[in-house]
Amino acid sequence: MIEVKNLYKSYDGEFVLNDVSARFEQGKCNLIIGRSGSGKTVLLKSIAGLLEVDEGEIWYNDHKFSHLDTNAKQHIRKEMGVLFQGAALFDSLTVEENVLFPLDMLTSQNKKEKLDRINFCLERVKVSGSNSLYPAELSGGMRKRVAIARAIALNPRYLLCDEPNSGLDPETGIVIDNLIRELTEEFNMTTIVNSHDMNSVLEIGDKIIFIYQGCKCWEGTRQEILQTNNEALNNFVFATNMAKQIKNQ
Amino acid sequence: MKLLAQIGRYFLLMKRAFSRPEKFSVLYRQTMREMEKTGINSFSIVVIISLFVGAVITIQTNYNIENPLLPNYLIGVTVRDSLLLEFSSTMVALILAGKVGSSIASELGMMRVTEQIDAMEVMGINSASYLILPKMIATVLFFPVLCLLSIIVGLAGGYFSCVLGDVIPPSDFIEGIQYGFRPYYISYALTKTAFYAFIITSVSSYFGYYVVGGAVEVGKSSTRAVVQSSILILMANLILTRTILQ
Ligand SMILES: Nc1ncnc2c1ncn2[C@@H]1O[C@H](COP(=O)(O)OP(=O)(O)O)[C@@H](O)[C@H]1O
Ligand SMILES: [Mg+2]
Repeated sequence: MIEVKNLYKSYDGEFVLNDVSARFEQGKCNLIIGRSGSGKTVLLKSIAGLLEVDEGEIWYNDHKFSHLDTNAKQHIRKEMGVLFQGAALFDSLTVEENVLFPLDMLTSQNKKEKLDRINFCLERVKVSGSNSLYPAELSGGMRKRVAIARAIALNPRYLLCDEPNSGLDPETGIVIDNLIRELTEEFNMTTIVNSHDMNSVLEIGDKIIFIYQGCKCWEGTRQEILQTNNEALNNFVFATNMAKQIKNQ
Repeated sequence: MKLLAQIGRYFLLMKRAFSRPEKFSVLYRQTMREMEKTGINSFSIVVIISLFVGAVITIQTNYNIENPLLPNYLIGVTVRDSLLLEFSSTMVALILAGKVGSSIASELGMMRVTEQIDAMEVMGINSASYLILPKMIATVLFFPVLCLLSIIVGLAGGYFSCVLGDVIPPSDFIEGIQYGFRPYYISYALTKTAFYAFIITSVSSYFGYYVVGGAVEVGKSSTRAVVQSSILILMANLILTRTILQ
């Protein structure tokens, strides 16, 4: 479980997060949705501790993450897998070395154990056989998969994904979304996914939080989202005129 | 005020970079890689430049002191001391600031804007130590080697210009570079170079590590890294020459 309470964050006097509170349940895909520039990435990076919030609390189960010192934070970070928007693979390392990286740095497993773990993770995200390729040689979808493999290498309890299907075609996007959902259930992780994509909302959103101009403006399930009266949310969900007409009928 | 904040941030980064590494085996491996990337790959440029500059200094010195009263070997002495005292340390450092400094800044900058540094941090890894410390060790150890190489090749360049270019008899040149030789000059040059290596790597790392934005900013920061480290090298040169040259 991850919980944020009354988060505020501003850049140059402009609020990017404005009193955001939310609870993200374990074993579920929690979605943060909103238009580009609404503050999703800032929220996710704040949750991951990559950005300092101005005010507010971030809780990982019963640890008040936002107020821990660097050493104690490292401890929770080792249980955290993060998938960045551009995959953020280390481009001087091969696929195998990318997944090896956290194992190498943070565990004392022997070579065989590490290799087994790498191959398990790569197989799990269905990219076995490209171990010696470099990120530049992979397609966008494969890069995301390898990044997921790296994120789950250490068996994280928390998985944070920033727009996992951005830059992918809708079909590949759904495959990645479903992969994240399966992994969440399989390893009982607390998963938070940023998205501006309605396909993924309807496919994997167990719990959905809608961010509008830095404020949490709606929360609910994917069944509820289609029937909402919230105007900003409706404009987001039914973005095209055609969709609006269908909704009004 | 902004400058003070920058300096503060620079020192905080250095503090993080020099904190205890996660694993010494990883540090060793990365350091070896960096030695190859920053050191061995700079061999050719140092050799080419030193060879030509050694030859040119010899020819020009001869041209400037064409006085029959001064012995020929003085040219050898002058070339040797120019190389030892300034060229092979400071000038080579300026060249390396361009080559190595810009590559460090753009490598780190690119890792920053593509969130690779964030990815490390979020794993609980000290990215400053993982990325910067190996570069620091590699350059501080290896740039003095390049300085030594530059001295040797520069002297060879001077010698060749005597053999091929009818400047002074080569034997006079050889006599000159041995005349009144003080081994202290070598350790002086090497010490200076180690300082310069620290400046180049730390300043370039700083500019790369804190890039905000995209490809354009990465380019800007790598230019800034070269300019700032060159200025600092020249300032350090003045200070070091005043303090440690006896
Ligand atoms: N480092 C920064 N400096 C200034 N403004 C920023 C910074 N990072 C994000 N912002 C601003 O915060 C807002 C939210 O950005 P972001 O969270 O990236 O949006 P998105 O929902 O598309 O992920 C944007 O208006 C952006 O301009
Ligand atoms: Mg974003």
